[in-house]
Amino acid sequence: MDFLRPLTWDEALAYKAGRPEATPIQGGTDVMVEINLDKGRPAALLDLNPISELTGWSAEGRTVRVGAGVTYSRLIGELGSLLPGLAQAARTVGSPQIRNRGTVAGNLGAASPAGDSHPPLLASGAVVEAESARGRRMIPIGEFYTGVKRNALAPDELIRAVHVPAATGPQYFSKIGTRNAMVIAVCSFAIALHPGERRIGTGIGSAAPTPRRAVAAEEFLAGELDWDGRSALDPGVARRFGELVAEAASPIDDVRGRADYRLHSLSVMARRALGWAWKDYAGRGSA
Amino acid sequence: MTSIQTEPRSGSRSGVGASVPRPDGTLKVTGEFAYSSDLWLDGMLWGATLRSPHPSAWIRSIDIGPALAMPGVFAVLTHEDVPGEKFYGLEHRDQPVLAVDQVRYQGEPVALVAADHPETARRAAAAIIVAYEPREAVVDPRRAAFDPSCPPVHPHGNLVRHQPVRVGDRFQAEVVVTGEYEVGMQDQAFLGPESGLAVPAEDGGVDLFIATQWLHVDQDQVAPCLGLPKEKVRLSLAGVGGAFGAREDLSMQIHASMLALRTGRPVKIVYGREESFFGHVHRHPAWMRYEHGATADGRLVYVRAEILLDGGAYCSTSRAVVGNAASLGVGPYEVDNVRIDAYGVYTNNPPCGAMRGFGAVQACYAYESQMDRLAEACGLSPVEIRIRNAVSQGSRLATGQVVDSPAPLAGMLRELAAMPLPGSTVTRRSITEPSSAKPSSAEPVPDLRSLPGGVSQTTHGEGVRRGVGYGVGIKNICFSEGFDDYSTARVRVELLGGEPHVLVHTAAAEVGQGLITVKAQIARTELGIDKVTVAPADTSVGSAGSSSASRQSYVTGGAVKAACEAVRERLDSLRAGDPELGLVELLERFGPVEETREYRHRPTFPMDPVTGQGDSHTQLALCVHRAVVDVDVELGLVKVVELAAVQDVGRILNPVALEGQIHGGTAQGLGLALMEEIQVRDGRVLNPSFTDYLIPTILDMPPMRLSILENPDPHAPYGLRGAGEPPTLSSTPAVAAAVRAATGLELPRVPIRPEDIALAAPS
Ligand SMILES: Cc1cc2nc3c(=O)[nH]c(=O)nc-3n(C[C@H](O)[C@H](O)[C@H](O)COP(=O)(O)OP(=O)(O)OC[C@H]3O[C@@H](n4cnc5c(N)ncnc54)[C@H](O)[C@@H]3O)c2cc1C
Repeated sequence: MDFLRPLTWDEALAYKAGRPEATPIQGGTDVMVEINLDKGRPAALLDLNPISELTGWSAEGRTVRVGAGVTYSRLIGELGSLLPGLAQAARTVGSPQIRNRGTVAGNLGAASPAGDSHPPLLASGAVVEAESARGRRMIPIGEFYTGVKRNALAPDELIRAVHVPAATGPQYFSKIGTRNAMVIAVCSFAIALHPGERRIGTGIGSAAPTPRRAVAAEEFLAGELDWDGRSALDPGVARRFGELVAEAASPIDDVRGRADYRLHSLSVMARRALGWAWKDYAGRGSA
Repeated sequence: MTSIQTEPRSGSRSGVGASVPRPDGTLKVTGEFAYSSDLWLDGMLWGATLRSPHPSAWIRSIDIGPALAMPGVFAVLTHEDVPGEKFYGLEHRDQPVLAVDQVRYQGEPVALVAADHPETARRAAAAIIVAYEPREAVVDPRRAAFDPSCPPVHPHGNLVRHQPVRVGDRFQAEVVVTGEYEVGMQDQAFLGPESGLAVPAEDGGVDLFIATQWLHVDQDQVAPCLGLPKEKVRLSLAGVGGAFGAREDLSMQIHASMLALRTGRPVKIVYGREESFFGHVHRHPAWMRYEHGATADGRLVYVRAEILLDGGAYCSTSRAVVGNAASLGVGPYEVDNVRIDAYGVYTNNPPCGAMRGFGAVQACYAYESQMDRLAEACGLSPVEIRIRNAVSQGSRLATGQVVDSPAPLAGMLRELAAMPLPGSTVTRRSITEPSSAKPSSAEPVPDLRSLPGGVSQTTHGEGVRRGVGYGVGIKNICFSEGFDDYSTARVRVELLGGEPHVLVHTAAAEVGQGLITVKAQIARTELGIDKVTVAPADTSVGSAGSSSASRQSYVTGGAVKAACEAVRERLDSLRAGDPELGLVELLERFGPVEETREYRHRPTFPMDPVTGQGDSHTQLALCVHRAVVDVDVELGLVKVVELAAVQDVGRILNPVALEGQIHGGTAQGLGLALMEEIQVRDGRVLNPSFTDYLIPTILDMPPMRLSILENPDPHAPYGLRGAGEPPTLSSTPAVAAAVRAATGLELPRVPIRPEDIALAAPS
């Protein structure tokens, strides 16, 4: 196994162009597990850790550009108010050790349907900044996930950053696990209110071959909410929203949970998360 | 939060009763402790094991050629290369060292490789070509037990043991409750995988450095398979990363030794995490039918039970597990009419054997669930129904055995019930999440970590209901049913640098329970000498018996005490002529004094094969738990808020170590109640990893409130009562009962899965 260690981004792109089969490694919390469990035997590892520019984030206008090397711990510590949904999701990832190493870019690279970053990225309408020696490409998050553990990156492409719109309204992330910490999602849900556009964003995790939005639920809800009057949420609307979120999923039975439980819990999480978000929104208005 | 109400006895600051810190504690926490997986010798080879992918198949041929041809490979062995006996086993030698013509469970060892690199060894093992002819796997234990048309897993049939218990003939009562209960397959989930190093010796024998629970029983099984006399198979204990029963059976001991003898080089084998799930036995899953009859005021009239335990492909300790389930099948309650049938069967499921609680755990979950049902039927509280039926000293157990030491169960329950209850979490709104990932809520939410789901934020209090439940358990301490159960200790007093010094040598396995510390404490108390060294455990001293059945403080503790007493007597007799002689002068004049003693507990007797009667246990231990849980009834997620326990240990030898045992046992019981299960379908394990075999984290295990009682057992050294297992029994039913109380559901199966709550129709 070759170990490639570029010191700059351009060098990394050059390596990847020359050896598209090389596996990028950032936090290594997925890559090393695969290697240790003998699940994959990469011909080469492309270590992105020395590239210091990847570990920064910046607010560019109303969007936060999160470098591929920004860990979950830093997301939690530094981006909790700009990107609350993503920070809440980050807080649920693994254990402190994993959060100190793991990254959103790694989560995207692995593209597991159970990855916790995905629902909030979908709900916020994030864009993945991918780049190769051939040039740069902005991939809307909805087009990024192409199958179970597959994504839209070309073999020579690397993720340089993720662009996440800063929150303009309340955001919540919610995840079912069979224990109270350090658990892979049985299923998960994210909601983001975009009051400026009178739009709702959603993301569903671990309940379909890929993370996905609940588009019908978003559209239904956007039309039902009293954006101006901020009046209390109609319980019937909240319930219907939960049902529509569940309808958007297509879960399976597996070792972590049953499909019917996933559907049920998605509808409960969606209803509750909407309740929290609307309470925040309505509360702010009256303040 | 923990408080021990009894004070340690005064005396030697570091003798019996003191919270002496353990020597391995800091090393383990800082990652410096040398486990068996850290063993290393220059020039050693690495062993790897090829395992069956099928739960049941004929082996038509094995082609080792491709593996042998790989550079770096030194040996490839199959059953044909086993030098001696081809079968081994703890109770019954039915398990092949390497599969002979057939495999009976997924993961059964088929062939071995030694190579100069672990990776090479693994690849070579994968290159071996085995022609399997899969056949019907027997996976339904009920069929295995009762259906004569079921194919036999072994030529002698599928029944490993049927143990009845028969007392009285009155099986009618005013109040009758019935229930069917199921316990999933729990794993010991120790953190240090199976590993060891075998070193070929000049005399043609082998020196084996190994993490195990009982060196001598390993030696007894390894030597015949190697075709060597026992004295040529010398075992030394290597650093043990947890055991809980899973190291009672052999794993890689014979394999590494075979490879070492064949290659003439030291051979190390370390299982990976996934392999470890196939490398040891698990807790027997159980299916239990119970019927309890009582008077209207809640006094037990009779108990009828059928307990079915799936032992999987090989016998392991199934017979003894069945014995425990049968003899303790009604729990610590007085009842005059009992009809129990406990069965252990062979199937092609993963082999099951010893795990902390050993047969008593499964039955405890069922009988405690029944006691709660009975309480409800009689209109009594769960505490009251238990008090009304509680055993006490002088009570007769279902086996006819009379409890002949203190068993203050009623008082323990009263004390437990009187403990203050924790406050509500949901309405406590002062604590907020410290991190800035706190939800953008205008109104403060309770600390998410205190709610079901934790920071995964599935609720801010919606759907959360509190429940309280109780559990009581009774566990036999030491080996039972006529087993010749003893330990050996060698104690030497000598001058080192002019100072008296004690060396304690036993073969007892320190598996993390703190035995090394306790042995030194006993020596200090008995000899009044502060400087004590505990020699590494090996087979150059007599057997200590197993580090299981909560027995080592009792039996090896007893042996150390006896050897110390013998040393004391010897010193006294040497001093006889000159009573004024000090210890230093005495040792200067006569040299070191060394004594070796065996210690046996009172004998036990077999259970009658027809009636189950007999004094089958030497000591019985009680623990009671109260669980307080918050359940998100809509999502089925549980947060255990508090676990309180009262346990009678007879005599506290080391308070801090004891608390650790109770905390750990309780956590393991909580795990069984809520998450720990090896999922098996069609004989195949679905979750052999710590990603999907979940054990409780610090956010799942709540603070504990403990009361530890000291009512001495007059038959045991210092009056002590084994303590490691009892808390594992009672915490499971307590948590399950609390979840039932919160949800109103029957929940007849552990672990309770979220969907069992969320998708259940309320009863
Ligand atoms: C104990 C444990 C617990 C875990 N718990 C969770 C959990 O709760 N939730 C969760 O979502 N995940 C969890 N994970 C999985 C893992 O931590 C996450 O997926 C994490 O986001 C991976 O980030 P990383 O930087 O470590 O990725 P790496 O392991 O370095 O890489 C992951 C994948 O992304 C690719 N990759 C990395 N960087 C780039 C890049 N810049 N461009 C293109 N491809 C790239 C890699 O080639 C690889 O395919 C857990 C893992 C462990 C070991």
